[in-house]
Amino acid sequence: MNDYFKQLEIAGEKFNSRLFVGTGKFESGEILKKSVKKSGSQMVTVAMKRANPKGAEDSILDFLDPKIVKILPNTSGVRDAKEAVFVAKMAREALGTNWLKLEIHPDPKYLMPDPIETLEATLELAKDGFVVLPYCHADPVLCKKLEDAGAAAVMPLGSPIGSNQGLESREFLRIIIEQASVPVVVDAGIGTPSQAAEAMEMGASAVLVNTAIAVSADPIAMGEAFGKAVEAGSMARIAGLGAVRSNAHATSPLTSFLS
Amino acid sequence: MVSFKQKFESTNWSTISEKILTAEHRNIELALSRSGSGGLDDFVALLSPLAGKEYLEEMAQLAHRLTIQRFGKVIRLFAPMYLSNECNNICDYCGFSMGNQIPRKTLSLAEILRESSALKKNNFEHVLLVTGESSTKVGVDYLLEAIKTLNDCFANVSMEVQPLSEHDYCKLINAGLHAVLVYQETYDKVSYSKHHKKGKKTNFDWRLDTPDRLGRSGINKIGLGCLYGLTEDWRTDSYFAAMHLDYLEKRYWKTSYSMSFPRIRPYEGEIDPIVDLKDRDLVQLLCAFRIFNHELELSLSTRECPELREQLLPLGITTMSAGSKTNPGGYSVTEDSLEQFTISDERNPKEISRMLSEKGYEPVWKDWDSSYHGKKDNLTGVSFSTNKKVLKSNSISSVC
Repeated sequence: MNDYFKQLEIAGEKFNSRLFVGTGKFESGEILKKSVKKSGSQMVTVAMKRANPKGAEDSILDFLDPKIVKILPNTSGVRDAKEAVFVAKMAREALGTNWLKLEIHPDPKYLMPDPIETLEATLELAKDGFVVLPYCHADPVLCKKLEDAGAAAVMPLGSPIGSNQGLESREFLRIIIEQASVPVVVDAGIGTPSQAAEAMEMGASAVLVNTAIAVSADPIAMGEAFGKAVEAGSMARIAGLGAVRSNAHATSPLTSFLS
Repeated sequence: MVSFKQKFESTNWSTISEKILTAEHRNIELALSRSGSGGLDDFVALLSPLAGKEYLEEMAQLAHRLTIQRFGKVIRLFAPMYLSNECNNICDYCGFSMGNQIPRKTLSLAEILRESSALKKNNFEHVLLVTGESSTKVGVDYLLEAIKTLNDCFANVSMEVQPLSEHDYCKLINAGLHAVLVYQETYDKVSYSKHHKKGKKTNFDWRLDTPDRLGRSGINKIGLGCLYGLTEDWRTDSYFAAMHLDYLEKRYWKTSYSMSFPRIRPYEGEIDPIVDLKDRDLVQLLCAFRIFNHELELSLSTRECPELREQLLPLGITTMSAGSKTNPGGYSVTEDSLEQFTISDERNPKEISRMLSEKGYEPVWKDWDSSYHGKKDNLTGVSFSTNKKVLKSNSISSVC
């Protein structure tokens, strides 16, 4: 019998949920907390540039219980490998974790990940004992190279970050998923629960969602909706999807003479 | 590549003005339907009197949606810190103008630290340093010391001072400077000469070239804007600001940009605004800029009154000042040096923060970390105990 609820495993740690949640753009810490809870997510990313002393008015950390969710610091805001390595080490000391979502985007407009700097930083950080989850383009060769460099998972984008455009990169994601020997977490651009389910049905190990939950009129309900969609997509993948056909196949006009 | 100055000089003011005035329904509807992706052509249409008259609500709805999508339900807060009101310029709209017989004050390092403490008590992590223009009393060395000192106290230090050379900007960036705001005031050369009567600020071209020098120096963020009220044709003036932004964004693609919309406020000076930019016009400007550039930081200062600030919030604003003092030492040291302009929203930071929460926005005090750039020499990875923020057992303590 298939195990529909197979746990996600990254670097030896297991997670019951395959939904990662980003913590930016929420209207309050309380809403963030409730939304994450309802989503069932066990992995949330926090930008180190937003990390503030516990007790500070806008401290995100105050609303996240490390006993329930794993806090995955990210390097958002850095522009090259050197800065990323610096922030990674700062995060390690600050939060007591060697896990890191590596994101390097020198372009502040579309926040496109820099493949060259990301590869370089992954190599250096992995050597230094970090569990590196790099955000990258949906580039199959790059993902294999990141894997070789020591990435614990790869996080290719579905479409531009925050765009809610969905899986515009799906043909490349398929190749990445097919070739990967580390978990593939589809990050960026997922705008609806159905798109998250689609990524899971394609065989992604997990998805990361932020904007679509945070800017929803009801982020708490939307968190739950994404949690359910990810679970449904994952189950469907394991259960085995039927083949897609463009026409009905009731008869076999070319080979019926054989019978 | 063509410099902005060349681009600027080859663009005819009256041709642009005519295009704005004659924009038709179809131009505006196209701009709205494609969310401004037609660039400056769409901006022209959105800036037109016709758009202001017939499409303002539609523009506001779109601007709101685009802002929420990109920035979420958060507003970043910052405080200006006026370091000096010394100024060698004579500008007929500014309280610091050399001709004004007012007490002059430049903060000492000790006074700067006192101001810091006062701001820190109110949660501020982003601070904007402001001065007049006096290269002898407030030169690069003074600014360097101030930035070094404040970088140890705040997560983000920006400045709005006289235009500097590329070499000097590099020095300040290495010391931790994050952003520079340098408003052209007006892109109308004739009007510019009329309002800037004496001093280095009379040099229109030097100022116009400043964002290029900043871009070349690798600054994180550049703030642009016009001072509305100086030039009668404010629509064309703002077109040139948009054109400047468009040029810079393509050329210095690693830098981010902000746009401000200051309107002339009362001060101890000489002129009334040449033109009164109405609230409705301000709304149109804000929306047009948001639709033109979805990622642009739009900033609103305490120059505007509380009621209007609240109404403008959802239209595209991403950054606000709160509880501002526009005189050097205003937060802690002294009350007697003169203000640059009179603020209109006098609510304290706590009140602003509460208002934002009530309106469904999270007030964000920290959205940067001064250790990100400019301190690369510290990349030893051995210990951050000497760094200002040492985080232990999941908490961050600050020495400031």
